[in-house]
Amino acid sequence: MNFFYFSSPSTFFRLAGRLAPAFFILAAVLAAAGLYVGLVQAPTDAVQGEVYRVIFIHVPAAWMSMFIYFVMACYGAMALTFNSRLSAMMARALAPTGAMFTFVALWTGAFWGRPTWGTYWVWDARITSELVLLFLYLGFIALSNAFEEPRRGDRAASLLSIIGIVNLPIIYFSVQWWNTLHQGSSIKLTGSSMHVTMLTAMLLMTFAAWMYAIAASLVRVRSVILERERRARWVRDLGRT
Amino acid sequence: MSGLAWAFSRDLTLAWRHPGEAMLTLAFFVLVASLFPLGIGADPQLLARVGPGVIWVCALLAAFLGLPSLFASDHADGTLEQMALSADPIAAWVSGKIAAHWLSTGLPLTLLSPLLGLQYGLPADALVTLGAALLLGTPVLSLLGAACAALTLGARGGGMLLALLALPLFVPVLVFGAGAAEATAAGLSASPHLSLLGAGLLVAAVSVPFAVGSAIRIALD
Amino acid sequence: MNEARLAVRSLAATRGPATLFRELSFELAAGEIAAVRGPNGSGKTTLLRCVAGLTRPDHGEIQRSGALLFSGHLPGIKDDFNAEENLCVALRMRGLQPGEAAIHGALARVGLESRRRVPARRLSAGQRRRITLARLALDDAKLWILDEPLAALDADGEAVLGQLLARHLESGGLALVATHHDLPLARAAREIRLQP
Repeated sequence: MNFFYFSSPSTFFRLAGRLAPAFFILAAVLAAAGLYVGLVQAPTDAVQGEVYRVIFIHVPAAWMSMFIYFVMACYGAMALTFNSRLSAMMARALAPTGAMFTFVALWTGAFWGRPTWGTYWVWDARITSELVLLFLYLGFIALSNAFEEPRRGDRAASLLSIIGIVNLPIIYFSVQWWNTLHQGSSIKLTGSSMHVTMLTAMLLMTFAAWMYAIAASLVRVRSVILERERRARWVRDLGRT
Repeated sequence: MSGLAWAFSRDLTLAWRHPGEAMLTLAFFVLVASLFPLGIGADPQLLARVGPGVIWVCALLAAFLGLPSLFASDHADGTLEQMALSADPIAAWVSGKIAAHWLSTGLPLTLLSPLLGLQYGLPADALVTLGAALLLGTPVLSLLGAACAALTLGARGGGMLLALLALPLFVPVLVFGAGAAEATAAGLSASPHLSLLGAGLLVAAVSVPFAVGSAIRIALD
Repeated sequence: MNEARLAVRSLAATRGPATLFRELSFELAAGEIAAVRGPNGSGKTTLLRCVAGLTRPDHGEIQRSGALLFSGHLPGIKDDFNAEENLCVALRMRGLQPGEAAIHGALARVGLESRRRVPARRLSAGQRRRITLARLALDDAKLWILDEPLAALDADGEAVLGQLLARHLESGGLALVATHHDLPLARAAREIRLQP
């Protein structure tokens, strides 16, 4: 078996089919454990009360939103440098999951902000750059689907993801700078150090989100492969069995 | 460097043949900027405070207007192929085209901005900073916009898609650009903002043409 | 300078899910001309674009030596420029800066002398094609890759193209031409057939 064995779409299709359920199960188990620790075992926060528990969804989602963009850009770079179709398909498969986590992070943030800060939305540096990140994801998805020739979309979107990853720190930095200039909302998390069970729950939820992201993108990449290779013999053979 | 020269002179000549397009950009700029007082009220203090930001957002949108045609017409008539096959490196002639584009959109916007600043009642030193920030910032807009324009060549929903790609990338330019004039208006030094804009311009000028080049190669493939 | 040469080995290209050609190999030496033939959609343009280096083939390799001139089915002519300007710009892209007399002469040769100051938007399709011919007359590239050069040309235009091709081949150039028509040449061109 050589390095490129799994880079053939038909091999990877089968491999992804076998791996995806495993990752889904792993995600479910980790999420169940995380939710148990987070919702049952973790103590009530002294300042925020029960509402802080949204952190167990919010923070993992925010982490994953950035991490997935990074992974997506790595796949994009691989797709362009090695001209490998599968990397581009993986980047394409990751984008909706990343966008979903970004949206969840913003959504839960708003519902956390309402009781704690008294408002759904503040133009805080992190929230604003998360919003920009959502637009970067949407741009990637839109660009990858904007061409008749799917490989054209693959390559254009791969290049866009690289441009995005270079710009993301600059965007974050600029928004932070802007935020300190507009002394409007100087909101910090409560100063209390984090309880160890809270940290455990958050890590468990993060791993659950990670496993879910892998599983979801594997399932999605399978449908991308099928769509691309619909004329290939091995796909037509699949239909017969 | 010859690539930069021929692309620059060619695009500038073409832009010169149709001065109407640059005029439309300017008219859009002034028009949108004049809509804001109608929308938010003519309180001079309020206008002076939001002025730099409003003018920057308007400049950003106006600079965006010309982007879809930057490569599209050359793509449609086959010139882009000939350019890609020219003896000069792709980044060179791309830089020439972007420079010409900036000269016909970004520079007029910059020159017109003090006038709008006066309408918004900005103090004189803030006007100077606003102009300086636009002078440094609009080339960055042209560069980043060119990359997105090249990526969307031949795409469905070209203009809207281009907006979705380009506008988020414009965020840092907007922040530092509008921040510079605001800092001056608040009695602070604008030099950190302007230095950052200048640094951004340098980095973008040397790196973006290569990204545009690969985007064009992808578009022609 | 090296002799002009073009070698294509086991080239394959696809458009979308369809394979256009596979295991395509040929070689052209100085003074040779090949006509690429095949029905619409058989991949003639894709082959030419691969050889020119615009499109990346799925498989195979292409070796070229000598400067390249590619004339696609879009002629790359700007409506706002007149014939002279179009010709000048096209040649500058190739790094050439011929004098006014040379430009004048080339345009006269393709029969555009009287219309050389007319914006291209007011020229007919055949006249625009003739600007491309004038470019062939002035360019010193050894490798010509022409996509449907006879499209929209009248009998006069065909004759001019024939003369240009003959002179090009005599001076050690080579040409790869996609066309549905017979080339206006005294001798027969080699044929590369593409099956759909």
